[in-house]
Amino acid sequence: MSATPTPTRDLLMFVVFAAAVLTMPMWLAPIGAGYPDLLQKFAIYGLFATGFNLLFGLTGYLSFGHAAFLGVGSYTAVWTFKLLGMNPIPAAIMAIAASGIFAVAIGFVSLRRSGIYFSILTLAFAQMSYNLAYSVLTPITNGETGLRVLRSDPRLFDAAGQGDGPLVSTLFGIEMSGYPGFYFCAVLLIIGFFIAQRIFRSPFGTMLRAVKSNQNRMNYTGLNPRPYTLAAFVISGMYAGLAGALLCITDPLAGAERMQWTASGEVVLMTILGGMGTLLGPILGAGLIKYFENIFSAFNEQTLHRIFGFLPDFLETPVVAITSLFVGEGWQLTLGVLFMLIVIFLPGGIMEGFSRIGRMFRRSSGAKGSHQTAPAE
Amino acid sequence: MEILKVQGVNKAFGGLRALNDVNLSVEEGTVHAIIGPNGAGKSTLLNCFVGRLIPDTGSVMFGNTSLIGLKAHEINQAGVSRVFQTPEIFGDLTLLENIMIPTMARRDGEFALKAWGRVDQDAEIRDRSMHMLEDVGLASKKDMIAGSLSRGDKRRLELAMCLVQDPKLLLLDEPTAGMSRADTNNTIDLLKRIGERGITKIVIEHDMHVVFSLANKISVLAQGTVIAEGTPQEIKGDPRVQEAYLGGAHL
Repeated sequence: MSATPTPTRDLLMFVVFAAAVLTMPMWLAPIGAGYPDLLQKFAIYGLFATGFNLLFGLTGYLSFGHAAFLGVGSYTAVWTFKLLGMNPIPAAIMAIAASGIFAVAIGFVSLRRSGIYFSILTLAFAQMSYNLAYSVLTPITNGETGLRVLRSDPRLFDAAGQGDGPLVSTLFGIEMSGYPGFYFCAVLLIIGFFIAQRIFRSPFGTMLRAVKSNQNRMNYTGLNPRPYTLAAFVISGMYAGLAGALLCITDPLAGAERMQWTASGEVVLMTILGGMGTLLGPILGAGLIKYFENIFSAFNEQTLHRIFGFLPDFLETPVVAITSLFVGEGWQLTLGVLFMLIVIFLPGGIMEGFSRIGRMFRRSSGAKGSHQTAPAE
Repeated sequence: MEILKVQGVNKAFGGLRALNDVNLSVEEGTVHAIIGPNGAGKSTLLNCFVGRLIPDTGSVMFGNTSLIGLKAHEINQAGVSRVFQTPEIFGDLTLLENIMIPTMARRDGEFALKAWGRVDQDAEIRDRSMHMLEDVGLASKKDMIAGSLSRGDKRRLELAMCLVQDPKLLLLDEPTAGMSRADTNNTIDLLKRIGERGITKIVIEHDMHVVFSLANKISVLAQGTVIAEGTPQEIKGDPRVQEAYLGGAHL
């Protein structure tokens, strides 16, 4: 680690990232992930993790309740659909605003403490929101059934639109399902990444890293850490709210389970798996987890028998029996093992793995270079 | 003119009276040393100046501002910087970032939401910070992570972080604790050079060599009370000081 990358390198990184996201349908097809539903999930959870990382990666404050913002975003988006119409843009804007306000309130209270106490406070708030959504707030959230858009809703601006068929949000006549749905989310992921990159390199980003490094010195340097952490918390909550809204554009349904603590835990896993405090890491982590969830959980014994078919029978049966524990319903076992391996051997996540490979490559090519010049001397 | 005036400060922790009616007045532009045996209340007194502790009674006036009840960052913004006994730096950040943060804090105040422009393109902040690093001889290490510095260099970095803010009053809590003789002498030279900028300093120190080569005035604290005050020459010859602080040994 040394100086921050130059603006040119940052621009290059952004362009490569944008190109990679937009061409995902092509290069992810060979590994069975080239279908819009999954790609859209990659983009949405990538955005969620990017926002989470702005708080956790930069300031070190581990929020265990970020799913609450995801839920608030979803509910707000569905309500916007119900009241204003099926255009996803107002829904996204309203979701960002609502989750931002919600984050100000939660952050104001939770950020009075740091470390484990902060994590517990955020977890408590998220569980409270989850339970409220299930019970007391049923008139707003429609409780267990989940909130959905009905044909009888006012939908002020497009009540006349859309005849039969399932209700899907539409952006100026384009239905947000399939590839258009993915590309809408992909563009927002790219914008979100760009903003995160600006924040990382800004004076504000430096201050956030100062919070993580030494709050005592920060105080004695004339800086008040509280507004910095609150701003980071709110921005990261807005990212989560946007992600929550995007989850509703293809399937306009919001349920309380989106706020459950497992969802909060998942984004922590994504960020740590990919590499906290790095720009790309959380997005890679999100992609990896969603890929495992979708691909490995779809495996069953027949697929395994096909894969291990080349083995003699007396080997094939035990191998399939063991591996079947790790696929299908047991895909989380694979994820758990992978997570353990990464945390133990690569504490900096996948990004640390990449930089280690990069260094090895440079060292070996450097050695080769000196080898080649040796005869000349 | 006096820059810091401490009157009748008391502080008790449970049954222990850490500070007992302490009066102190620090003249602008001087180096004022506070010495005393272990447990005399030196650090407690310093903590009362920076908002870490609130005295039970008494007043601490910095110019026309009362420092009592202000938060640490407000006291810094008023012009008081502090160097700690164990260097407090941003260990995960580079040296340059370590200096840029206090520079920005001085210019932009306790909070500024500057989330768009690049920090490394702010020429004013960058130049000032680089200048300061050159001043303390750390410019060649600007991209190193501060946590990997030697103890002496960390100390110099922390001092630079305070100096770049152009404080009116600089508090130094044992600036040479745990340093080798050579490092100690380097630090004394550095502190003398800062002296030329006319920054008022309060130094807490055990090392008499440091105290007598820097201070214009010395206050001796024992059991929470100021027992003597004067120039280094007066203090050297004061029998009460030798009794309380040096245990009667001849200096």
